[in-house]
Amino acid sequence: MPVRRVLATLILGIALVSTARSQDLASFEKRTTVKVLPNGLTLIVCERPEAPVFSFYTLVDAGSANDPQGESGLAHMFEHMAFKGSTEIGTTNYPAEKLALAKVETAYAAYDDEYRKRVGQNPAKLAQLKKAFEDAQDAAERYVVPNQFSEIAEQNGAVGINASTSEDSTQYFWSMPSNRLELWAYLESQRIAHPVQREFYKERDVVQEERRMRIDSNPIGRMVEQFLATAYVAHPYGRSGVGWESELSQVSATEAENFHKKYYVPSNIVIAVVGDLKASQTMPILERYFSKIPPGPRPAPMTTVEPPQFAEKSVVIREATQPFYIEGYHRPDYRDPDDSVYDAITDIFSNGRTARLYRSLVRDQKIAAEAEGFSGFPGSKFPGLFAFYAVPLPGHTPDEMRTAIHKELDRLKTEDVTDEELQRFKTRARADLLRGLADNEGLAHQLAEYQTRYGDWRQLFRELDKINAVSKADIRRVANKVFLDSNRTSTRIEYVAPKASARNQGGAE
Amino acid sequence: MSHRMTQALWTVATVVAISTLLPVSALNAQAAATPTRPAAAAHAPAQPWKKIPIPALPEFKPEQPKRVELANGLVIFLQEDHELPFINGSILIRGGSRDEPAAKVGLVSMYGEAWRTSGTATMDGDKLDDVLESKAAHIETSGGSANTSLRWSSLKGDFDTVFASAVDLLLHPAFKPDKLALAQRQLYTSIARRNDDASGIAIREAVKLVYGPDSPFARQPEFSTVAAVTLDDLKQWHDRTVVPNEMIVAVSGDFNSSEMEKKLRAAFEPLQRGSAMPAEKFTFTDPRPGIRFAEKDDVNQSNVLIVGLGTERRNPDYYALSVMNEVFSGGFGSRVVQSVRTRLGLAYSVDGSFGASYDHPGIFYVIAGTKSASTVAATKAMLDEVNRLKTDPPSAAELAKAKDQLLNSFIFHFDSPEKTLNEQVTLAFYGYPSDFLDRYKTGIEKVTSEDVSRVARKYVDPDKLGIVVVGNEAEIKPPLSTLGKVTDLDITIPPPPGKPAK
Repeated sequence: MPVRRVLATLILGIALVSTARSQDLASFEKRTTVKVLPNGLTLIVCERPEAPVFSFYTLVDAGSANDPQGESGLAHMFEHMAFKGSTEIGTTNYPAEKLALAKVETAYAAYDDEYRKRVGQNPAKLAQLKKAFEDAQDAAERYVVPNQFSEIAEQNGAVGINASTSEDSTQYFWSMPSNRLELWAYLESQRIAHPVQREFYKERDVVQEERRMRIDSNPIGRMVEQFLATAYVAHPYGRSGVGWESELSQVSATEAENFHKKYYVPSNIVIAVVGDLKASQTMPILERYFSKIPPGPRPAPMTTVEPPQFAEKSVVIREATQPFYIEGYHRPDYRDPDDSVYDAITDIFSNGRTARLYRSLVRDQKIAAEAEGFSGFPGSKFPGLFAFYAVPLPGHTPDEMRTAIHKELDRLKTEDVTDEELQRFKTRARADLLRGLADNEGLAHQLAEYQTRYGDWRQLFRELDKINAVSKADIRRVANKVFLDSNRTSTRIEYVAPKASARNQGGAE
Repeated sequence: MSHRMTQALWTVATVVAISTLLPVSALNAQAAATPTRPAAAAHAPAQPWKKIPIPALPEFKPEQPKRVELANGLVIFLQEDHELPFINGSILIRGGSRDEPAAKVGLVSMYGEAWRTSGTATMDGDKLDDVLESKAAHIETSGGSANTSLRWSSLKGDFDTVFASAVDLLLHPAFKPDKLALAQRQLYTSIARRNDDASGIAIREAVKLVYGPDSPFARQPEFSTVAAVTLDDLKQWHDRTVVPNEMIVAVSGDFNSSEMEKKLRAAFEPLQRGSAMPAEKFTFTDPRPGIRFAEKDDVNQSNVLIVGLGTERRNPDYYALSVMNEVFSGGFGSRVVQSVRTRLGLAYSVDGSFGASYDHPGIFYVIAGTKSASTVAATKAMLDEVNRLKTDPPSAAELAKAKDQLLNSFIFHFDSPEKTLNEQVTLAFYGYPSDFLDRYKTGIEKVTSEDVSRVARKYVDPDKLGIVVVGNEAEIKPPLSTLGKVTDLDITIPPPPGKPAK
């Protein structure tokens, strides 16, 4: 290790003029290895021997947009369940636990049937079924070693243990000392291949708390949920990712298992590992563990395409919350030839203190504290939104934000951006790419993401060619195509003074 | 300009993670590690993971930054890192918001904003934005609690010009009225919005409860204190604090140290030593027990915080307390998470720590968000775990896991040159020995179960803990009064001077 550092210093000391030679595509080609296993799972190993650690990023190409009808929140629910262990981890006796869990499902189905009855629901029977369901859970609970999966990782020095579910995909990640690579491969392959839906219904309570925190009890959360639900009429991007309360509170372990069966097939998964690893030694270890995952058919691509919007839609929320304004326009998905043009507009509108929205709304007009535009919301795998928002200063209204944003959009349609603006976008894109390369975690994420979206991680570097090709005319053309009144959904929060609250009228204490 | 809200929009709407990143930075001065609990199980099955070989971790001694001290007292750290063609620098300047006058709270925050946005005598801030952004370079200033800072970053080929601008900003700032006004407007906005976020209210009130509402570690900017700040205040703050003997310069990236040292000497050696900021003597008293409640009728979840005074890292008991933290709240296997989240399903976000800061007591906190109806049950479960710290010493398995967790993840304190550099800068800033990390490791290795129960008995005292709850009272059943005396918090935002209260 020290030898390598010394060498690096010497080489760079001599070649002072060379810029990012060690960080271009050619250098990554030399230290990045991709292998698609016979079961369809894609592995990427990238050698970055800076310190004896590694990070992994497991990307499952299914997210909230894949939640079945009536089961919103399921992809995210499964993500939580992926930390509950496997047939080997988190149990004192799996064969017995398996039987007990089957009884939980039978009891839950009986309870759920009665609960959902629209006519003739029997309260006494419901109570009895609920009791039977709870007893079955208690019986299954006896075999659980709670949180054993995460504990093994933690005890072995894992940091940043987490996962996330977006509309487009579900991802799992952490970092570990490099001598734990094989242990990690075991843990990861276990939860992908043999997950167990233990403690499902308690975790469902936990996830409902997550919904209360992110959505119900948060003004921005409530607003965004309504914004997206209004912008989409057909595509699941309009559904709450964490799930509508009525659906989230009724999903079952059986449904989670079915979701896993359909979407967690090896051919739908890319795993990237970056750090102090040798591909020649690492790949055989990974193969040993991950090739055991049984293959399955790749899930069929979604049929639903959001139909064109033909009239503006808007939501007005009147409540005792400070004002806010957001609007969005439908744009094509990331495979669109103009994808980088949208990036250019985002950069020119939003990046730093040279950005148009900052200079116009924040600095010069003095009406907003913050204003930005961003693209691919809530996802980019399917046609998402190009959204703009502004946070009004005290005394200013959402309407002023809207007018000011539209003024900037009109300018974008009628005048070319400046040479400086376009060049700045290109320079920053290149620098940002470079800045992201010295980080195992970020790199693992990027490699897995590009491999999934383009079938080749090299696209991460080739994006720059697309970016460099963006012209002023492209920006005007795209602006005129997308930022149309009829393609707009807007949402605002208007402040209204609070009603005299219940407690002031002698509410409970 | 941050992308704060954009991130908030993403986080809220689309990405839902298994463990939350709570905005508890105000509570938690300590970089959190990770943590655990017993596997137990009498009829344990095969446990195949125990048979997986774990080779020795390669010896790894990261190169320490080169330290240079100039005759005028300025300390420089240089960390070569040739992986990418960038050079990053920072100047840490002693004195922060905890040293600002009570009538002008917000001064240092606005100073940090307006310093950079105003620019220099020869290049105004807007022009500087244009010049830097065209190179994908950055120079930013900011105000913190204990210090202010100036940071820059550029491709190495642009170092000379960007560094020259940074030094120009340090030595010839031109504080401008429109940029002060801009910073004031930003602060007014955050004041006006601060009661929209329930967890924000809970954390703010908890910090006030621990340190006292007027403490420099807890007080908040108000419309009146922000309005009271003048351009002269910013200039005086700058002149008073920018003295070389109170500054640390750290540079990392793709350069040759001896050449870099020459450039830095040329820039900073001419600076005249100045008078150090008098070390403030802060006092700390334990919070009064009892429940403080703030009403928020648009939520269906209560934010519950149990808080008391923590400790300093130089406390010899810091190591035992760190192990106690792992047992108590360090990760999925910890007692609090196992109980409140996994066993009871009462919360998604639950966390805690016996906090240790560098130069003042940190905060001991336990925090959870739970549906209104289970507020009392969750609070009780949290208090039970606090009490259990005193009654149930860690089992052998708990202790082993806690220590494994701290020691096996130890490498992540220094797995990048940047972390190694930041560690040395922080230690130097607070006057800690440069080998503090090594001592920490040795200290953790020696901790016994008896040590943990001793420090639990010594530092954890339920009579010195306060409880803050922010929630929707009409939905909280049973009511909070079943837990003890409830005092209502007044979170009304004082209106701007001359404006009537709403």
